[in-house]
Amino acid sequence: MGIKMSFDMFMQHFINAVGLGSLYGLIAIGYTMVYGILRLINFAHGDIFMLGAYFVFFATVSYKLPWAFGVLAAIAGATLCGLLVDRIAYRPLRNAPRISALISAIGVSFFIENLSVVVFSGMPRPVVQPPLLMKAFSIGGVRLVPLALLVPAISFALAAGLLWLIYRTRSGLAMRSISHDIETTRLMGVSVDRIIALTFALGSALAAVAGIMWALRYPRVEPFMGIIPGFKAFIAAVFGGIGSIPGAMLGGLSLGFVEIMSIAFFPKLSGYRDAFAFILLILILLVKPTGLMGEKLEDKI
Amino acid sequence: MLEIRGLDVWYGGIHAVKNIDMSIGRGEIVTLIGANGAGKSSTIRAVAGLVRDWKGSMTFTKPEGGQVSLAGCPPETMVRLGISLSPEGRRILPHLTTEENLTLGAFTRKDREEIAESMEHVYGLFPKLRERRNQKGGTLSGGEQQMLAVARALMSKPELLMLDEPSLGLAPILVAEVFDIIREINRQGRTILLVEQNAYAALKIAHKAYVLETGEIALSGTGAELLENPKVREAYLGG
Repeated sequence: MGIKMSFDMFMQHFINAVGLGSLYGLIAIGYTMVYGILRLINFAHGDIFMLGAYFVFFATVSYKLPWAFGVLAAIAGATLCGLLVDRIAYRPLRNAPRISALISAIGVSFFIENLSVVVFSGMPRPVVQPPLLMKAFSIGGVRLVPLALLVPAISFALAAGLLWLIYRTRSGLAMRSISHDIETTRLMGVSVDRIIALTFALGSALAAVAGIMWALRYPRVEPFMGIIPGFKAFIAAVFGGIGSIPGAMLGGLSLGFVEIMSIAFFPKLSGYRDAFAFILLILILLVKPTGLMGEKLEDKI
Repeated sequence: MLEIRGLDVWYGGIHAVKNIDMSIGRGEIVTLIGANGAGKSSTIRAVAGLVRDWKGSMTFTKPEGGQVSLAGCPPETMVRLGISLSPEGRRILPHLTTEENLTLGAFTRKDREEIAESMEHVYGLFPKLRERRNQKGGTLSGGEQQMLAVARALMSKPELLMLDEPSLGLAPILVAEVFDIIREINRQGRTILLVEQNAYAALKIAHKAYVLETGEIALSGTGAELLENPKVREAYLGG
């Protein structure tokens, strides 16, 4: 039932898979960072992604700002929303049972989605792609637009920057410390709430960038656009090993490849496109529940 | 330097400390001894800002003069004021290297050169830690972890260094080493509040001591006085 494919064709799919996978990875990083520190699945993360896409739409299409400003404004706006979610929905529940924060996360996610329907209307809106990013060119027999290369390049660069921040700065050191022992981190003079806010800000900014690039790839925005990518990115985070940032990127790329390649080789399965992620989730949970790069859970001495 | 008046502490729903007075003078080693559950940790954790459910008064005198009430202060404020706690059970961050643990201890400080100086200073006190500087905290031995916990608490350059059970779970030879180092740190000018179950070792180095029993101060005096006290000998020093 598979089809034969030329090398050029394969490369086309390959680039497509890297692009989609790196977007999943970028969103997954936000899930994995928050989970690593608070053991909380931030269900509103996919909605921050959606807000990032909307903000860039309003900035560039409605208010006709230049792209560079529009993108920066959208990132700033979505980051602010991510900080507000933490402040309003999670911080008051810091000492509550974990399930309370989880329910709050689901609630705030529904709230953002439905508020967006009211404010933005439920109608999908077309995003204008900057012509510069869409000017097709060929390498060998592969037809490409600059956007297809820009998306993974930006995603990888941001992930690398984040790793630098986490492993080379004081704030990053505090983050790594909080993820193991909040109380001891406090004793070192770290304002834990501030570091947690920074974590939300960074995760939200990455989600916003992913949302903007997503809106450019599939040029439209709608209030529920964050749900499926959000789920998939969460699966990517689990697949890669939740808590691990390289794992989140690896998980995102794996998912991108599985999704694109299975449809490329078995076009008849394209109706099941969204199911592959969940199959991957079931498999990893059966075979290696800590994920590809997940740390073995150690007992505390 | 630290005046505690009429302190009550509630911890985990229990009235753990009842109306105690304590006074810690600059340059002293003060020890708080007593049985398990007597309220020693609750007291020290209240001073560190970890336990917020307390009443009474705690007044800290800054080295440059000027008094601060510690009421309502979170741990990060305490550290900035110059109060640092090395917690019970060491609480080393096992996935961070020795050096990263120490760097974290200096989190409230900004000057890189001064931090590097402090790092050299604690490596001088604990040469073993220098050998282990790039090793993960979790791979250190129990004794080394205890050294690291004390060194890390020193990295904020505290005026008042509080140590919660630094001898816990250590072999006798290491216990002696830890107490020698505590004395050395004190000689270098730091005030020390030491919580211990090893009453003998603690009283031997303490200028002043308080005995806690079920949340109340049963006895107080100089370390030497309490070492000679028949009640203390019977209850805490094995007769």
